[in-house]
Amino acid sequence: MTTTIAGQEVSVNAEGYMTDLNQWTKEIALEIAKAEEVNMTDKCWEVIAWIQEQYRNENPLTIRKVGKSGITDIKEFYELFPNGPLKKASKIAGIPKPVGCI
Amino acid sequence: MSEPKDAPVKKLLLILSKATIENVYACFILANGARMEGIESEIFYTFFGLEAITKKKLNDLRVATVGNPAMHIPTILGGMPGMEALATSMMKKEMEKLDIPPVDEFLEMLTASGCKMWACKLAMDMFHLEKTDLYDDIDGVLTVGGFYERAAGEGSHLMFI
Repeated sequence: MTTTIAGQEVSVNAEGYMTDLNQWTKEIALEIAKAEEVNMTDKCWEVIAWIQEQYRNENPLTIRKVGKSGITDIKEFYELFPNGPLKKASKIAGIPKPVGCI
Repeated sequence: MSEPKDAPVKKLLLILSKATIENVYACFILANGARMEGIESEIFYTFFGLEAITKKKLNDLRVATVGNPAMHIPTILGGMPGMEALATSMMKKEMEKLDIPPVDEFLEMLTASGCKMWACKLAMDMFHLEKTDLYDDIDGVLTVGGFYERAAGEGSHLMFI
């Protein structure tokens, strides 16, 4: 299905996760972040870029890997993206919902 | 009938009473998984569960090879010297492949995620454990009543492991 985010046609799934990373722009990310009640700081953007890189390299995401990314630690990650950091960050980054349990 | 969305799980309180590695990991993964979903989580360590936060023991937890039919080996073999260690090291290798951290690192992950951890006072007295014997970053020592107080509120769920 498609929807309009930040004035652009975007393919999303039923839960609102983007299905084509090529369509992702910072404006779209900002609008998703607003809906998810995430305040996008410089650090948030760094984390988003790192997450997209992992997705492009087909590395499955876990909280542990984020903690070892060298960009943030686990405590800060929870503060940057409150209430479900991995899911929210993935949604803002325009990648599918993480499927792991850790 | 109310819809599930009307009564979301807000807080998960886990009681860990055992120290075999499969029970400890089940507890940690549930507590961590709750935090990942934006659900509050707390763990009450009681009885043998205290070993999971006892500094000298937490990295030496074992899988049970005796009395565990899911091992699919004869009980007499499970009791042979070294079997527990062998099964444990095999399990740890598999877990590392799935990016499941060792116990000490998992405890760090949990505290960093905001999961609260409490040691059971009665069990500590029984095993002659002092606060200094326990993992430094636990949130405190509680009685059963104190733990139940923490379960107050709508959307709180208790789970015994």
